[in-house]
Amino acid sequence: MKVRISIPPQADRGEFLEIKTLASHPMHSGFRRDAIGALVPRDIIEIFRCEYNEKIIFEAEFGPGTAANPFLSFYIRAEKTGEVKFTWIDQHGKKTEEIKFLDVVDKH
Amino acid sequence: MKVGRLLFSLLIIVEMTVAIASDIKLSPRSGYEFQSIDTQSMQEDDFENPGMLWVDMGELYYNEPAGKMDQSCADCHGEFPKSLATSFPKNNHHLEAVVNLTSQIQHCRTVHQKAEPIDYESETSLALTVYLASRARGEMVNQIDSSPVDQLKASIENGRVYFHQRKGQLNLSCRNCHDSSVGKMLRGDLISQGQSNGYPIYRLEWQSLGSLHRRFRSCDIGVKAQAQALGSSIYINLEAYLKERGGDLLIETPAVRR
Repeated sequence: MKVRISIPPQADRGEFLEIKTLASHPMHSGFRRDAIGALVPRDIIEIFRCEYNEKIIFEAEFGPGTAANPFLSFYIRAEKTGEVKFTWIDQHGKKTEEIKFLDVVDKH
Repeated sequence: MKVGRLLFSLLIIVEMTVAIASDIKLSPRSGYEFQSIDTQSMQEDDFENPGMLWVDMGELYYNEPAGKMDQSCADCHGEFPKSLATSFPKNNHHLEAVVNLTSQIQHCRTVHQKAEPIDYESETSLALTVYLASRARGEMVNQIDSSPVDQLKASIENGRVYFHQRKGQLNLSCRNCHDSSVGKMLRGDLISQGQSNGYPIYRLEWQSLGSLHRRFRSCDIGVKAQAQALGSSIYINLEAYLKERGGDLLIETPAVRR
């Protein structure tokens, strides 16, 4: 699974940052049929999680009605320099992880 | 008096015939203008545009060695020139045929890299095509005259004929919608000019990236006509004609459409 994440590498302490994520996934609902009429089995991402310094700050559950290639946008407040970890878990329990480093500096 | 009246009515008949026979000349408008504000903003933001996933993949494939020659695209081509994608469709001297970007990639793949052939609508093929085409984003559609001119001219002419040819059980030509009915509603959709400046596109209905030829097939199937094969010369001709018709539109690849 390919993912794209937009997060600035550096931020001022206390600043609100918009994070955008995009994951490549067909998100088969289990109700669609292919060209010869056979049901395409359900295949979806179930959970997305974002951890900032090992604390969960955003979590989302997807259902079979979510469109392919799910896009999310949410905000975090920059508090401490550290890792921001993004995790997608599909229905088979397969994890896709991506780690970004956020440098938090004091405003002068 | 009688002669004058006769001449007058003759003139009207001639004028009417000319009006029916001549092309309706529209100034080119991108399909972007026919989308909802939501779809437009999805295209404009590179992080919201799902087509960028394929652009990323394409960059990887471009630099990844493949085939018996164990060479990547970049080994021969280096950094792919920004506007080169706009020169397609053009004549390929070895094949002695007009090729588009995707069929050129397929040719390179099997002949130069000696790798397994790739399907026209496969992930690899779409990713490479969209990566190379997106490098020309912001460039004019019809800016490079490809040589030799004669073969390309014939291709454009054949494409023009296909565009104007009524076909299918609904007996419609491309121009019946995309020239004469632009801006009207077709069920829930606003009919666009059918411009090709954003392809390959991420189409919300497909929930995936898709090629221009896949779009052609959808239209042909829509009017209940015989759909042509992906990468067939008929569709490459049509692609060449659409490029000429697009004139000074700017490349938007990867565009997002409904």
